[in-house]
Amino acid sequence: MAREIPYIAAIGEAIHQEMERDDTVLYFGQNLATHDDDPFLQAFGSDRVRVTPISETAEIGMAIGAAFAGYRPVVQLYMAEFMLVAMDQVVNEAPRFHYMTGGQVKVPIVLQAGYGFTAGWAGQHTGSIYGMFLGVPGLKVAVPSTPADAKGLMTASIRDDNPVVFFHHYLLTLEHGDVPEGEHVVPLGEAAVPREGTDVTIVAIGWMVGKALAAAEQLAAEGVSAEVIDPRTLVPLDTATILDSVEKTGRLVVVDQSTRHGSAAAVIAAEVASEGFSSLRAPIELVTALDATIPYSEPMEAYLLPDEAKIVGAVQKVLGFAPVAA
Amino acid sequence: MTDPAAARLDGDVGLGLLRTMWRIRLFEERVGQLTRGDEVHGLVHLSIGQEGVAAGVCSQLRLDDVVYSGHRAHGHAIAKGAPLHRIMAELMGRSDGLCQGLGGSMHLVDVEHGFLGATGVVGGNVPLALGSALAGRLLGGDQVAVVFFGDGAVQGGIFIESVNLATLWRLPVILVCENNGFAEFTPRSAHTNVERVSDVVAPYGVVRETVDGNDVVAVRDAFARFLENAREGEGPMLLECLTHRLRGHYEGDPERYREALAAEEWQQLDPILRLQRRGVNERWLDEEATVRIEQGTRDEVDEAVRFGRESPFPPVALATELVYAS
Repeated sequence: MAREIPYIAAIGEAIHQEMERDDTVLYFGQNLATHDDDPFLQAFGSDRVRVTPISETAEIGMAIGAAFAGYRPVVQLYMAEFMLVAMDQVVNEAPRFHYMTGGQVKVPIVLQAGYGFTAGWAGQHTGSIYGMFLGVPGLKVAVPSTPADAKGLMTASIRDDNPVVFFHHYLLTLEHGDVPEGEHVVPLGEAAVPREGTDVTIVAIGWMVGKALAAAEQLAAEGVSAEVIDPRTLVPLDTATILDSVEKTGRLVVVDQSTRHGSAAAVIAAEVASEGFSSLRAPIELVTALDATIPYSEPMEAYLLPDEAKIVGAVQKVLGFAPVAA
Repeated sequence: MTDPAAARLDGDVGLGLLRTMWRIRLFEERVGQLTRGDEVHGLVHLSIGQEGVAAGVCSQLRLDDVVYSGHRAHGHAIAKGAPLHRIMAELMGRSDGLCQGLGGSMHLVDVEHGFLGATGVVGGNVPLALGSALAGRLLGGDQVAVVFFGDGAVQGGIFIESVNLATLWRLPVILVCENNGFAEFTPRSAHTNVERVSDVVAPYGVVRETVDGNDVVAVRDAFARFLENAREGEGPMLLECLTHRLRGHYEGDPERYREALAAEEWQQLDPILRLQRRGVNERWLDEEATVRIEQGTRDEVDEAVRFGRESPFPPVALATELVYAS
């Protein structure tokens, strides 16, 4: 049975249920349990729920070593950027070991990383940095946009035998949505199509999915039928669903909160340009953040980011409408 | 307090240590030759001159104890029990190599023999060993984790993060530093003002000892004391072994940065020659036994090379097959 809970609670519920189901699931992180009646600590004890110092490199490295022995650690990093101080472990240890050992070991770890907190958190806590992990074979990358997907993808990430970076969007933290109560698994690598349409395909990632749906609603009033696709995971990427949609609509807009160069949007556009060129009736449009560090001041912050109006403008452009004056 | 009877090394132990050191020495000398003929290609780091550390430590470990090493890993793998022919096949990039040719010299792993292996990034292995130690404790066994690293790794933040966490959680991990006085191409004095690695960990309360790493018996005795306590669940501990790398940082290193050792000086330092002298003095070794060990090892290395040469190269399609664990 489903009931409405917030996105962040859905993630916690997935971890809790997986820890109940499987003794090998461990939970590491800074400030993870700040008092004795913490529900995770109460349920699973301090052997499995481990408060760490601010030592991301050691935390993640330790998770890898425990994973070699059959454990499934979830490392709560809070801010995705905190992974950057541990890039050797994230990029050059965790995803390489299964491969480099000829398949002798597996590294089933989940790195739980919040991102995109564009609410005045300025330059170092707001990046949408998933794009930099798409070029790391061996890593999987999840980017849930709804509470139900957040639960289902976290469950699948914990059960997966590979390292998964689970990017949860900080501005979705308190968004409520229907979430199944019991076991709920969303397989990694299956896109969702939250809105069907025939004139244009909008692929949107994370927080951008809601904005794309709002833009699609606005476009419907103008007689434009937009299909919205949420890839849900960027690795594996469900290119088949995207290509099928573009074959139907002939037009593609990709919406990504990341800066444009090296973004997931650029990768998706390249896949469609390469594999679906004959379906395209207009050039692909990318709606991304401008290539700059996120500024502190609110108007500048908003100026830099994709929004509904920019998505509507991009759709109008691929449909050949005259550009709307700003 | 030294018991004169105990000061004499048990002959079987001595012969075992000698055999292990010869296996490392002759294997690596052969690898050096094979790199020059490009039968072993890529970057290769030899541990010739440092065999006493690998032999002294690993000779006391069980199959289920876990050992990690770095880029200079052949000796540790051999001492932990990885078969010469499968290491050689790996270095030759063949199908029957330990890692099916996907890892090579810097990423040797042999799970079956508890050699969890090599990471090519200096210091990257230390937190992984913590994870193994944590897993061992959670599983309730008395196995220990051992990680070898050079003095060059100690100046990295990852080392201190790991030492801090290991002491905080009292993990049964034994840190074995091979302090050969050089970090890659520059002497320790170019890296730090702290001469002894054991002093670096002093504030954390790590049980520590510095020994002559070219005296394999001294290494063995010191490690035995640590191992006994680690089996009881104590840790971490640090064994600093002062040693000397006879070869360059990598095979082909022109070594402009240091003077070659005089032959006489090397005679004094060579851990194999030192143990042989001791064996002769203590009458558990004679000329005939020395020749027999050396010749037997040469035959074994020849056989490893033959095995490597006869093993096919892996099908190239393997290169994309083990990116993810399924």
